[in-house]
Amino acid sequence: MTKSMECKFLLEALSDYVDGTLSEELCEKIQRHITECQNCHIVVDTLRKTVYLYHATASEPANVPPNVRDRLFRSLNLEDYVE
Amino acid sequence: MIEKITPEILVEALKSGDRNEFARLVDAYSGPIYRMALKMLGDQQDAEDVLQNTFLNAFKHIRSFEERSSLATWLYRIAANEALMMIRKQRHETTLTDTSLEDDEGEDYSPLQFVDWCCLPEEELLSSEARSHLDQAIQHLTEKLRIVFILRDLEGLSIEETSQVLNLSQTAVKTRLLRARLNLREQLSCYYGERLRDRSKAK
Repeated sequence: MTKSMECKFLLEALSDYVDGTLSEELCEKIQRHITECQNCHIVVDTLRKTVYLYHATASEPANVPPNVRDRLFRSLNLEDYVE
Repeated sequence: MIEKITPEILVEALKSGDRNEFARLVDAYSGPIYRMALKMLGDQQDAEDVLQNTFLNAFKHIRSFEERSSLATWLYRIAANEALMMIRKQRHETTLTDTSLEDDEGEDYSPLQFVDWCCLPEEELLSSEARSHLDQAIQHLTEKLRIVFILRDLEGLSIEETSQVLNLSQTAVKTRLLRARLNLREQLSCYYGERLRDRSKAK
């Protein structure tokens, strides 16, 4: 496989790789490739970090502002549950 | 996935019109549904409209809920459809020629940015300015990619659950997720690359 083909393969397998759902054999293939290809190494690291940052922002509790909750309950005729 | 963190809602009670159970359902799921709508639409009023329509529709159609998917998946499906309909409607109001969702097929997703910004400290990567940039970057994705990314990476649904919500094959979900992530990586590389340059200038 030429280097550019390896880069293309890495790109296609990237999500599975960072999610840890790629087979061991293919993981090893990617690990070998990124020791030789600096650009792919950066793409793997920064993609993993991108996913991590979004996970970090989404791990905070999802709350509905109190006035939005009040209007929601009223629109559903559940006003007796408005606190 | 979300089912694990929410109190168990009794579908039979919902179907028999138990108002107390409806109120519990709304409190259990309104947070995630509102967040999904807000990230999808980028506007609080639009997100609130989607939130209300989602539960109005859920109440209206609960009797036809066949429990082939989880309650969470079913609610996300209603909410995703509401959000996508709102985007279509807004687009129809601004352009008369194209009412379909933006197409992203055939676009080249090869990486162009090769800046390694991973070394930036966590407080800079997640500063309030950076967080607002993370939100803006999502808005630059096409709707097809945005909804998949939000469900999978922000709401934490599995690939299978995302495919059920959007009625897409798991392969299509994976392809769109990869494209969304690569697109966001490009945008974040531009933003954090600047931060890196600022830091090296300051030294």
